[in-house]
Amino acid sequence: MLQNRTIFWMGFTLVILLLVLAAALLSLTTGEASISLRDIIPVLKEKEGMEYFILTEIRMPRIILAFAVGGALSLSGAILQGIFRNPLVEPYTLGISGGAAFGVALAIVTGVHFTIGMFMLPLSGFVGAMSTILLVSLLGFLRGGTDINKMLLIGVMISFVASSSMMFLMSVTTAENLHGIIFWIMGSLDEPNRLLIKITFYSSLAGLVISYLFARPLNALLLGEDKAGHLGINSRHTIRILFLVASLLTGICVSVAGVIGFVGLVIPHLIRLIAGSDYRFLLIGSFLGGSFFLILSDVIARTIISPNELPIGVITGMAGGVLFIIVLNKFRNRKQYGA
Amino acid sequence: MVPDYLKIDKLSCGYGRSFNLKDVSVSLKQGVFAGIIGPNGSGKTTLFKGISGVLKAKSGNILLNDVDLGNLKLSEKARKVAVVSQFPDAADITVEDYVLLGRLPFRQPFQFFESARDRVIARKYMQLTGVFPHAKKLMTQLSGGEQQLAAIAQALTQEPELLLMDEPTSHLDITHQVQILNLIQRLNRETNLTVLMIIHDLNLAAEYCDFLIMMNNGDVHIMGAPLDVLNYKNIEEVYNTVVVTQNNPLSGKPAIFLVSEKVLKEVQERYRQKGN
Repeated sequence: MLQNRTIFWMGFTLVILLLVLAAALLSLTTGEASISLRDIIPVLKEKEGMEYFILTEIRMPRIILAFAVGGALSLSGAILQGIFRNPLVEPYTLGISGGAAFGVALAIVTGVHFTIGMFMLPLSGFVGAMSTILLVSLLGFLRGGTDINKMLLIGVMISFVASSSMMFLMSVTTAENLHGIIFWIMGSLDEPNRLLIKITFYSSLAGLVISYLFARPLNALLLGEDKAGHLGINSRHTIRILFLVASLLTGICVSVAGVIGFVGLVIPHLIRLIAGSDYRFLLIGSFLGGSFFLILSDVIARTIISPNELPIGVITGMAGGVLFIIVLNKFRNRKQYGA
Repeated sequence: MVPDYLKIDKLSCGYGRSFNLKDVSVSLKQGVFAGIIGPNGSGKTTLFKGISGVLKAKSGNILLNDVDLGNLKLSEKARKVAVVSQFPDAADITVEDYVLLGRLPFRQPFQFFESARDRVIARKYMQLTGVFPHAKKLMTQLSGGEQQLAAIAQALTQEPELLLMDEPTSHLDITHQVQILNLIQRLNRETNLTVLMIIHDLNLAAEYCDFLIMMNNGDVHIMGAPLDVLNYKNIEEVYNTVVVTQNNPLSGKPAIFLVSEKVLKEVQERYRQKGN
C-alpha cells in the first residue's frame, strides 16, 4: 500500500532526477565550443575529433565531479544538521575545510607539491582534513562519551586555528605561492585526474547508501538523544558512524575540488522546506538537489564571463543565498510539509 | 505468589557527587499502576531516569522479569519499556510520523518504511488519545497539552509491557488529565500494562494509582497502597506542609486538602480560645 507521502517523495525524486539530467545536458552543450543537443549522439558515435574530445575529456568528467561533490556536500550537511540538531551546521563548520586548506597551503609553501606531481595537492588537502577529523573525534569521543556540543565547539575552534595558521603561511610566502593558495581555496571542478573523479563519485554514492541505512534512526534523533534511546536507537553509535561518513565525504570533496561553500548549508534546508524533515527523503533529496545545484552553478561559472571562468564558489554563494531567502519567505506560512 | 515484574535492587544513580539516590529498592508486580510522588528535589526524576536508562546505575541493578535491563539491547528494551518524558521534544514532523516512531523498535533490518500493521496500531492510539484529528499537522503547531497527548500516543504505539511516564498530565486541563489517566487505567486493566509514573498531583495519584512510592531526600520515605501512604502525617513530614486528608466519598481513596496560612491561624486561634 503506497502512502500519499511516499508517492509525493517518489514524484519529487523523479523531478530532481530530471533536473539533474537537464542540467547535465545543458552543461554538455554550453561552453566555448557550443555543441548542440542534436549533435551530441552523432559526435559520441564518431569517437574522434575535437568535439568528441571536448565532450568526453572535459565536460563529462566535470559533470560527474559536480554531481558527486554537490551531492556529497549536501548530504553531509543534511547528516550533520541531524546529528548535531543544529540547523546552522554545515560540512565546513567542523574545521574540515580549514584543515584541508591548511594542508594544501603548507604543501604549496614548502614546495613539496612538485615532488610527486598532481596528486600532491589533493593528498595534502586530504591529510589536513583527516587530521582535523581525527582531532575532533578524539576530543569529542573521549572517555566513551559523545558530547556533540563539545565536538561542535572543538570543530569551530580548530577551524579558527587552521585559518589563522594558513593566513600566517600566506603572509610569509611569495606572491606566486599566494596565488596558488587562493586559487585552490576558491574551489574548482577543473580536475584532470580520472582516478580522483572516480574516487569522489563512488565514495559519494557509498556515503548515500550508508547514511540511508540510518534514515529512521536519524528521524528518531530529531527528538533528542534520550528519546531516541527510548525508541531503541543507540544514539552514540549512530552519531559516531554518521559523523565519520559525513566528515570523510567532506574531506574527499574538499581535497579534490577545494572549498565550495554553501551547498551543504542551503540545499538540505531547501529540501526540508519543500518536503519536510523525514530523513528517508531528505537524504536522497539533498544529494540530488546538491548535484543539480552544483552542475548548474558550474555552467554559470564557466559561461558568465567567458572566455574566463569564475570560481564556482562565487556562484554557489550568491545564487544559493539569494535563492534561499526567496524560498524561505515563500514557505514561511506553510501549514504542513509535503503531503 | 506472583513473582515481581520490575525489581529495582539497591539502585544508586545521580549527577556526579551533587545528588544521588540512596540505594533505592522497589518491587512491582506485573499489571500494577504505580506512582512516584514526593517534593521537588526528592529524587523522583532521578529514579525515573535511572529506570529509563538515561542515567547510568552507579550501583545496584534493575531487573525486568529477572533480566537485567543493563544487559538488554536498546531495541529489545524499547519493545518492552516505553517512556514518556515530561517535556516532549517537538520536532518539525507531522503528528502521524511522530507517533509512528513508536514502531521503530520493531523494525526489521533494511526496513525503511512502516508496515500496514504499524499504521493501524499508530492510528488506534492516536484515536484513543484524541490526537487523530491533528495527524497531518506538524508537532510544533500543537499546544503543549496536545504534544503531551501525542507523546503518550507514541509510547502506547510501542505496545510496551511497562509504561514509564514523567508527569504525563502536567500540561493538561482536568478534562484531558482525567481522559488520559482513564485511558491508561483502562489499558492497565485490560492489557495488564504495568504503569509507573511520576505525578505531582497527590489527588490524582491517590485516585488512579494502586501503589505509591513516596520519595524524600533521594530515598524512599514510604511505599504502599494510597491509603497507607497518603495520610497527613507522611505528607506533612515529607512536604513540610499542613494538609487535611479525607476519603473521596465515591472511591474511598484519600483526598488531600491544602490549608492556607490565614485559615490555619484562625483555626489555631479558635482552638486556643476553646482551650481557655
